[in-house]
Amino acid sequence: MKEFKYVVQDELGIHARPAGLLVKEAAKFKCAITLDSGVKKADAKRIMAVMSLGVKKGVEVTLTFDGEDEDAAFAAIETFFKENL
Amino acid sequence: METRQGKSVFAGVAIGKLFVYKKAAQVVEKYAIDDPQAEIARYMAAKEKAVEQLALLKEKTMRDVGEAEAEIFEAHQMLLEDLDFVEGITGMIEQDKVNAEYAVFVTGEQCAAIFLSMDDDYMRGRAADINDISSRLIAILSGTQVSAEAMPEPVIILAEDLAPSETVQFEKDKILALVTQKGSANSHTAILARMMNIPCIVTADIDLDTSLSGKMGIVDGFTGNIHIEPDEVTMAVMQEKKKREEERKLLLQSLKGLPTVTKSGKHVHLYANIGSEEDVDAVLENDSEGIGLFRSEFLYLGRDDYPTEEEQFQVYKNVISKMNGKKVIIRTLDIGADKQADYFKIPKEENPAMGYRAIRICLGRVDVFKTQLRAIYRASAYGTASIMFPMIISVSEVKRIKEIVEEVKAELTQADIPFGDVELGIMVETPAAVMIADMLAAEVDFFSIGTNDLTQYTLAIDRQNQSLDNIYDPHHEAVLRMIQRTVECAHVHGAWCGICGELGADMELTRRFIQMGIDELSVSPVFTLELRKKIRETE
Repeated sequence: MKEFKYVVQDELGIHARPAGLLVKEAAKFKCAITLDSGVKKADAKRIMAVMSLGVKKGVEVTLTFDGEDEDAAFAAIETFFKENL
Repeated sequence: METRQGKSVFAGVAIGKLFVYKKAAQVVEKYAIDDPQAEIARYMAAKEKAVEQLALLKEKTMRDVGEAEAEIFEAHQMLLEDLDFVEGITGMIEQDKVNAEYAVFVTGEQCAAIFLSMDDDYMRGRAADINDISSRLIAILSGTQVSAEAMPEPVIILAEDLAPSETVQFEKDKILALVTQKGSANSHTAILARMMNIPCIVTADIDLDTSLSGKMGIVDGFTGNIHIEPDEVTMAVMQEKKKREEERKLLLQSLKGLPTVTKSGKHVHLYANIGSEEDVDAVLENDSEGIGLFRSEFLYLGRDDYPTEEEQFQVYKNVISKMNGKKVIIRTLDIGADKQADYFKIPKEENPAMGYRAIRICLGRVDVFKTQLRAIYRASAYGTASIMFPMIISVSEVKRIKEIVEEVKAELTQADIPFGDVELGIMVETPAAVMIADMLAAEVDFFSIGTNDLTQYTLAIDRQNQSLDNIYDPHHEAVLRMIQRTVECAHVHGAWCGICGELGADMELTRRFIQMGIDELSVSPVFTLELRKKIRETE
């Protein structure tokens, strides 16, 4: 299992658009990917769950990866957060 | 004539026939089914069809509106395929043995309720997206596909609320304005209206009486007014307003992105004056090249105690970051005179314009001053910041300021807090500063002339005294010579010189300022493009 923490920089937080992109990115991998807002956890492959976390700017989220391709998923999702959020 | 009111989310004027848009009421029936697998298959087929429709809508939006707006339909596709949503529906069909329409309806309501309960306007607005996809699925399942009625000519649309898919189903060139009873500044309707450049009013107190369709209407996106069957006078006034707005838009479009340079090739920096963080949007919208005067007073006014370093830092940082490397000149606290805050406890003065104000307060209350400087320096790490000091009358003031600045920088370095290169300048707004401009120029990087105060002190005329309005002449030769001298002294000592007072936007003087050699003009964002036009037409 791997994980990283990230503080959301985007003015609007994880709103519809980045949530959609994140889910699309996460769907490319087999491993389980969990997004933890510190209050609630969501499966990063489910858009409603991700959006309903209501992650705002400045919130630290934790991403965990568990499964066979977790290394590749970790790298891709980390890049995604840095570029989009 | 009847006039109704709402909240404008996009300005502009539209004149044309009204069109009341009502979606067919969706009554969802509930009935028991025998074969859940067949019902699930029916739902899956409808889901595929909905995804196809959304793909088409996405293409249409991309073509008519823009790529970013089209992405909402991709998000809708993803919501349709969301496992929580899908499993909710299929689970209900299997367990409760109900029809697919009903399962979609109930699951959609549950999902929408999650968003409605969030303490965030934006997320609450997303409940509409869920309702939108549920309606689409139900319409496909029940064979009652909603579609926008054909509109023969461009109309002003009145509706209860519009789902994004409805908004884009209308032909773009058939919509003059959107008016809704519900909605918010964050709704997709508002966002799309902004992108499509049409006036949009939400939370309007309109009736959705279909008899209104076909009647003349005017939407004033500046005031939020909707005039129904306008009288002749209103019509004439609004037509004029619309014409002016169209001219302004044309001007705006043609001058955006062009350099501010005279015919003979002299470049003038065209910056904007702002008084709050929100003003930055107008600065970017009007294509200003930087911020020439960021009045910091708003941070201090209308409150009970001094703003903290952190509060100030956040605001400066936001403005500097949004300007993305373009210059932001922050003027330190200019309180006193006509701008008072009780907690400063400044004793009542006989003549506040010449009293304890601006830099005089800062140098008397160094702790207040240092808090502001630390906040600005910290924010300077996020872009290009400059600082200027108001109401300077002597070299010793400037030297004292520089000592304090050095202390602040040393403290930040000690604490390992990063900061950028910050140009230091002064406001030239007293005759004293003009007379010793040569000495002051040797101490600073730039001058910014505050023409409002400079005029009142030069002419000895109180700006607030209306009985003197007839002799208050901002074009007075004495004032113009003051400006001329300031520019010359700056240039001799390698400093640059700008104007940030009201005179900067006075286009009768633009030519003269350029002849004087002025390097920068900082004006209210709304004047930016007109002034750029003027400068580009000057030799």
